[in-house]
Amino acid sequence: MTHAYTPGLRLADKLQIRKDRNLPLPGDVIVKKGDTVKSGDIVAMTNLPGKVHAVNVINRLAILPTDLRKNMLKKEGDSVVKDEPIAETSPFIKMFKSICLSPITGIIESISDITGQVLLREPPKPVQITAYVDGKVVETIENEGVVIETNATFIQGIFGIGGETTGELQIVVNSPDDIVKPEDIKEVHRGKIIAGGSIIYSDAIKKALDTGVKGIVVGGIRDKEINELLGYDLGVAITGSEDINITIIITEGFGQIGMAQRTFDMLKLREGAVASINGATQIRAGVVRPEIIIPYNDEDTSGKSDESGSADGKSAGISIGDQIRIIRNPNFGMLGTVKSLPSELQTIETEAMARVLEVKFPDGQTSIVPRANIEAIEK
Amino acid sequence: MTENLNVIVATDCGSTTTKAILIEKKGDEYRQTFRGEAPTTVEAPFEDVTRGVLNAFAELEELSGRKILDGEKIITPAQGNTGVDIYISTSSAGGGLQMMVAGVVKTMSAQSAQKAALGAGAIVMDVIASNDKRLPHEKIERIRDLRPDMILLSGGTDGGTVSHVVELAEFIGAANPRPRLGMTFQLPVIYAGNNDAQDRVSDVLNDKTALRITDNLRPLLERENLGPARQEIQNLFLEHVMAHAPGYKKLMSWTGVPIMPTPSAVGEMMQAIARKANINVVGVDIGGATTDVFSVFDGVFNRTVSANFGMSYSISNVIAEAGIDNITKWLPFEIEEADIRNRIKNKMIRPTTIPQLLEDLILEHAIAREALRLSFVQHKALAVGLKGVQKLKDMSESFDRVAEEETLIKMNNLDLIVGSGGVLSHAPRRSQAMMMMIDAFQPQGVTMIAVDSIFMMPHLGVLSTINEKAATEVFEKDCLIYLGPCISLTNSGKYGSQCLNCVITYSDGKKLEESLLFGDIKVFELGEGEKAEIEVTPARQFDLGEGKGQKITKEVTGGVVGLVIDARGRPLDLDGSKGKEPRGEVLSKWNTAFNAYPT
Repeated sequence: MTHAYTPGLRLADKLQIRKDRNLPLPGDVIVKKGDTVKSGDIVAMTNLPGKVHAVNVINRLAILPTDLRKNMLKKEGDSVVKDEPIAETSPFIKMFKSICLSPITGIIESISDITGQVLLREPPKPVQITAYVDGKVVETIENEGVVIETNATFIQGIFGIGGETTGELQIVVNSPDDIVKPEDIKEVHRGKIIAGGSIIYSDAIKKALDTGVKGIVVGGIRDKEINELLGYDLGVAITGSEDINITIIITEGFGQIGMAQRTFDMLKLREGAVASINGATQIRAGVVRPEIIIPYNDEDTSGKSDESGSADGKSAGISIGDQIRIIRNPNFGMLGTVKSLPSELQTIETEAMARVLEVKFPDGQTSIVPRANIEAIEK
Repeated sequence: MTENLNVIVATDCGSTTTKAILIEKKGDEYRQTFRGEAPTTVEAPFEDVTRGVLNAFAELEELSGRKILDGEKIITPAQGNTGVDIYISTSSAGGGLQMMVAGVVKTMSAQSAQKAALGAGAIVMDVIASNDKRLPHEKIERIRDLRPDMILLSGGTDGGTVSHVVELAEFIGAANPRPRLGMTFQLPVIYAGNNDAQDRVSDVLNDKTALRITDNLRPLLERENLGPARQEIQNLFLEHVMAHAPGYKKLMSWTGVPIMPTPSAVGEMMQAIARKANINVVGVDIGGATTDVFSVFDGVFNRTVSANFGMSYSISNVIAEAGIDNITKWLPFEIEEADIRNRIKNKMIRPTTIPQLLEDLILEHAIAREALRLSFVQHKALAVGLKGVQKLKDMSESFDRVAEEETLIKMNNLDLIVGSGGVLSHAPRRSQAMMMMIDAFQPQGVTMIAVDSIFMMPHLGVLSTINEKAATEVFEKDCLIYLGPCISLTNSGKYGSQCLNCVITYSDGKKLEESLLFGDIKVFELGEGEKAEIEVTPARQFDLGEGKGQKITKEVTGGVVGLVIDARGRPLDLDGSKGKEPRGEVLSKWNTAFNAYPT
């Protein structure tokens, strides 16, 4: 390939962020352009069509499809309540009468003379969309949704589970290499988002759930803990809709890996602020990574971005002296600087020919690493 | 026009990269000469597929010295070192073509509909059938939730059931599904069922969907007619799916023939090869997210896609489906389960990384074996004869009885296995690819094993539709790398017992005699294109496809790995040596036979 692809995650002290808040179906937008909103404020609402139930009335009544309509007690569009008769036969001897009851409360959607099937629909389900982040409404799209703009600290994680949540950010460890232990999680963390450390095990996750912590941001986690939490082995990295009462975002990878110092420092600096986090991850073309957004309340803060790393899919040119992290064994998670960038392909231990770079570790040791196995984290 | 092609440029716009190749007529034969590659630009910030195509062309121009572009215009026809005669392309960008199919009986019309969709290059997200045991509201919810690119509805032989297929149409109508791309467009639905039900289905779906009606894909129980439905799928793929994908309108105006979905083009190639040599072929393309399996047996083509078996995005799913024990059984070293799980999850979340340690490479090869094996199991289950044949009864009666599964894939009659995809095409040693394919597919009798050198089957597939000669010439000369023939038992026996004797007579008259015990696998020298006469005599209880104890004599052609004689039995049982030799040692012995890994 002519194009060096260096995956990286976005990390910014201060960034102007725009979030689309769209309805799943057309509905009503209830804020207007220029409004200032809080993360929990409702910005748009709609009704999702209710569930459809099918009842094969001709089978229930033992009649022919052509006789269906004359045996129906209700017609299309009529309201029904659960267990209300919707059709019945009128035999000569009354004791042979058959009745078909409605399985739900809702309306009759359709009656089919061909299949003898009656479709009933439950009442619509209201859906409300919140602002998710504190900010300003900068655009409204009629019947569809709004765009919220905010100036915030922005950190992308590598993987997450659980959906959108907000809460005050609290750092629970002293260093990015610490393990998050059960005793680090206290009653004061109820309703908050806790962050920091290299790994969290089941006992501490359980404590967080019991305490009512809304979210956890940590360097690494074992696959085992994710399995236990979800109750199944996660096959494909498409997450965000898990019903687990907590959102977990890992910033580095699976296993025990110290959180990148800069990520840790950024979170530490914003401790006490309200953070909006979302664990939704989708690792496919059009990659979605989990996010941590910590808006600034000062509206005058200019949205100048002090951003490092790169958006996924974009090239980040690597130069000698750049700080990088190794993202595959051996030395997974280690930081170093680029010492040289040989242009020729080199044979690595597996005998594969790969584009490589020479990395220098803080202890002065050097190593040859395939370029595919590093990421640029900070400049 | 398509007969006088001297210079052809072809691209495959994949999810990640756009690969361009140049094919030129040199003297009397067509050869692939240059190759360029660039990241696909369907996603933001470019959102225009043609940017990536132009970048790939720019690399081709640089390498070949041929001027292909005049600004952003392709120069045609070719004159000297300028221009090309035709530009052709395939595409799987943006997740490919995702479909849902529906039919009345799961193993009959629904299965035929599934075959039609797969053959047209789609990923089948779900198969809805009247008898699939789901309740009506569950079916409706499912249709609404999945958001496919299109739905194929079938059911009923011509003159057969009307009510069941109309019922399915009612479910689709009630779900009111939205297409994946373009919120405001109506979802395309193809009806290819009982022609007596066309008006009724139209009444139900015409207002709610973009309905197309085509010929019944199962007009009789004894006959499938998948062509018209496949054609309609490909038309809608271009009109709806591609037309809504960024930049494709422009790309479509550049190509000399319609853009094909990538798997559909690979399928065309497989059929062309099987047709030309009159052989039975199995092909596999193992990617990062999905694994496609193709087969042509006695002229019958089948394709399946295992949407969640792959080597990066879906690697974790292979373990979830196969079970960790099925992965560790292929490892000749000890490693903790938790360690494997973390390593694999890290590959899943950082799919572009490559194994640097030998141990990691062997682990990925173990996972590839299981991904290939599971995908092949799924393929064999779908590549079956028509159900319901020779039963003179109507469809509703057929609900009660489902004929026994009978796969068309007869391993003993298989002539060629072609492997494609990064883990096979780019394995550091070719012998690794051969081992993976033998272990996963477990061929029987005499089977040639080959790999696609640089993944150009999609390009050649679309080329085969306009010039089969050019496509097959390039396929044989530049695309395929023959690894060698594999001669395998078809049955099993006792580990360590005397199994077979073989005599190999090379073309220079040199003779080699060898005896193999049950559980052995050996690789003999037989270079690419080199021919040898083999005579293999199995012991009384063993079978090489000709019957127990029956000798086989055959002329075989070698490959870059050599001639493999596999006396490990079928099905391959890695616990066969239990109590006699530790599994790790047995695996190491097999690896050594192939000289598969550095020591």
